Amino acid sequence: MNESITLAQGNGGEENRDLISELFFKPLANEILERAEDAAVIEGGRLAFTTDSFTVSPLFFPGGDIGKLSVCGTCNDLAMMGARPKYLTLGVILEEGFEIEQLRRIVESLSRELARNGASVVAGDTKVVPKGSVDGIFLNTSGIGEILVPGISASNVRLGDAILVSRDIGRHGAAIFAGREGIELSSAVESDCASLWPMVEALLEAGITPHAMRDATRGGVAAALNEWAASSAVCPLIDEGALPVSDEVAGICEMLGFEATALANEGTFLLALPPQEAPRALEVLRRFEGNESAAVIGEVGDRYPGRVVLQSQWGTSRFLELPTGELLPRIC
Amino acid sequence: MRELQLRDLYERFRDPATLQALSELIHREAAGLKRPINIMEVCGGHTHTIMKYGLKQLLPESIRFIHGPGCPVCIMPKERIDHAYALAMQPEVILATLGDMIKVPGSKGSLQDARSRGADVRFVYSPLDLLKIARENPDKKVVYFAIGFETTTPMTAALIEQARKAGIDNLLYHINHVTVPEPMEMLLGDRREAQESGEKSRIDAFIGPSHVSVIAGAKIYRPFPERYGRPVVVSGFEPVDVMEGVLMLVRQFIQGRSELEIQYKRSVTMEGNLSAQRLIEKYFERRENFRWRGLGEIPRSALRLKEEYAQIDAEKIYAEILPDEPIDDHKLCICGEILRGMAQPYECKVFGKACKPSSPLGSCMVSSEGACAAYYKYGELLHEARRSEA
Repeated sequence: MNESITLAQGNGGEENRDLISELFFKPLANEILERAEDAAVIEGGRLAFTTDSFTVSPLFFPGGDIGKLSVCGTCNDLAMMGARPKYLTLGVILEEGFEIEQLRRIVESLSRELARNGASVVAGDTKVVPKGSVDGIFLNTSGIGEILVPGISASNVRLGDAILVSRDIGRHGAAIFAGREGIELSSAVESDCASLWPMVEALLEAGITPHAMRDATRGGVAAALNEWAASSAVCPLIDEGALPVSDEVAGICEMLGFEATALANEGTFLLALPPQEAPRALEVLRRFEGNESAAVIGEVGDRYPGRVVLQSQWGTSRFLELPTGELLPRIC
Repeated sequence: MRELQLRDLYERFRDPATLQALSELIHREAAGLKRPINIMEVCGGHTHTIMKYGLKQLLPESIRFIHGPGCPVCIMPKERIDHAYALAMQPEVILATLGDMIKVPGSKGSLQDARSRGADVRFVYSPLDLLKIARENPDKKVVYFAIGFETTTPMTAALIEQARKAGIDNLLYHINHVTVPEPMEMLLGDRREAQESGEKSRIDAFIGPSHVSVIAGAKIYRPFPERYGRPVVVSGFEPVDVMEGVLMLVRQFIQGRSELEIQYKRSVTMEGNLSAQRLIEKYFERRENFRWRGLGEIPRSALRLKEEYAQIDAEKIYAEILPDEPIDDHKLCICGEILRGMAQPYECKVFGKACKPSSPLGSCMVSSEGACAAYYKYGELLHEARRSEA
């Protein structure tokens, strides 16, 4: 590992995983942490508990802002464990000179998103630091949720499961990249930033029994699938042609040489469930605005345990790797 | 009329039925080959397409690829990466470059490392973005670390032209532009020596880099079929393009021809873009020699600014802090042999172990266009499947 931290170590991919396992997991090891789920399952399986920090630039982006993101991020991690988000804490680090009006807008957005989850902020902390110490505003939220269905876990993906994605992939990563780098497109790509609990609740109410759920945040669908493959020692087989990708995201990927599977999402999740439940789950997901493109993207096999296989429409296949490095456009 | 969408431009070139049909056609025609043919796809973009789309799985055993040196990041010797690092660490300098150049480790680290140590390093999509950076930072020296083959050279020339017109005087250039035909010729020279020493032949034909030819024209490859008897097909970068290029090469072998053909007719002409060529000639001249990572010195294979532009040439202005001593790759790294087509990435002892995209030892693992990175990212499945069959 390097002597100092590089941006690549925060990418949600291989370098990020190495950093966490080396510097945090080992010294802080305990039985709950080691399960490495989206949220920790505590109190004999009754509660889910998680935390997330937010440092997005730009603060306001097409489809969301840092306030909305800070609620979605934490509540979605809870929802992915089958837990109803209940109580959140909010930590705010503000840079000297930050505009009050912007802060007001961020908190309003945050509050609207809490309502969508039926959750509340019950404790908080604010710090102001000298100019240059942070970039505008950094947020942290921690959250507790009540587990409604036990056993949903990244290590519970089973052979024969159908793999579903809740909507078209890569939007948040593409929107942030385009916004940050000032790439002007004829039709702006909007982030998928959204709370997932309403969808999860509807799925559970419809009697769907997911074995695993995972919101495909940093590292995208590729990272989420690789985590399942590793945690459950299975081999997800993904049909490349079935992956829903919008024209805008496909265009950005095309121009810059990215892959939609490696781009971050903030309101898109994967489900592994018994194949007979797939049609019903799709029906429920597609009722939600923006999720009309929900699709079955593959199934769980066991040919190469721990690896994800991507199958092309012309009969070739390759491994879908954990994304590595900082996202950089290709040269020629 | 429906508005043209981006996907209209590439969808047909990734059409599953077309790919299957080309695969069958190649299988059928290649059955008539007297011996296997080794095709060098010179450009890293082609390597990427071959690996990403699994094209080797669609081709008969008798078609083999040798992955060429056409990756601008991969062939940059460490001492020149050290130049970039040294420039970036100057307090008055903002260093800008293209894409994954910032990941390549030199002897002191990569530009990414320089950035984490406080240097102002930016990557740009278009060299013309430098105009804005230079204007916004009048008290800084903005250095463009220019890399790439014939494809990206005119963009650097256009940047120099525009900066001069706009009277921007804080923009400097460190020129690392290289050209394609010279290393191709050198690789064939390798082959001649190899034959003399009794080694079996390697490169039988080339898939020619096509974005290079959009600028320089297909004409630059004429000597290969004519003088060296090596067929060249200039192909596009989509999977259908590459498959069609392979088919055209197979047909040349079957019919006993050795010709220069253009598959990528939608963009490439024999003459290329003449105004881009004029602009390049205005600012650049050939270096007598340039050291390529993995390949060594190749005469007249790179460009530099002409003497009359010394006042914007970062290499001259900062000459004192720019080391010139050649630095070799890690002892275990076989990038040189891979770039020369003498070995495959899997044959390297450190491939995928000590050398990975997240911690590259050699140049071919650094850029996504490098052969080792492409194998690491896309190729392992094929390898495992073959191994288990064997």
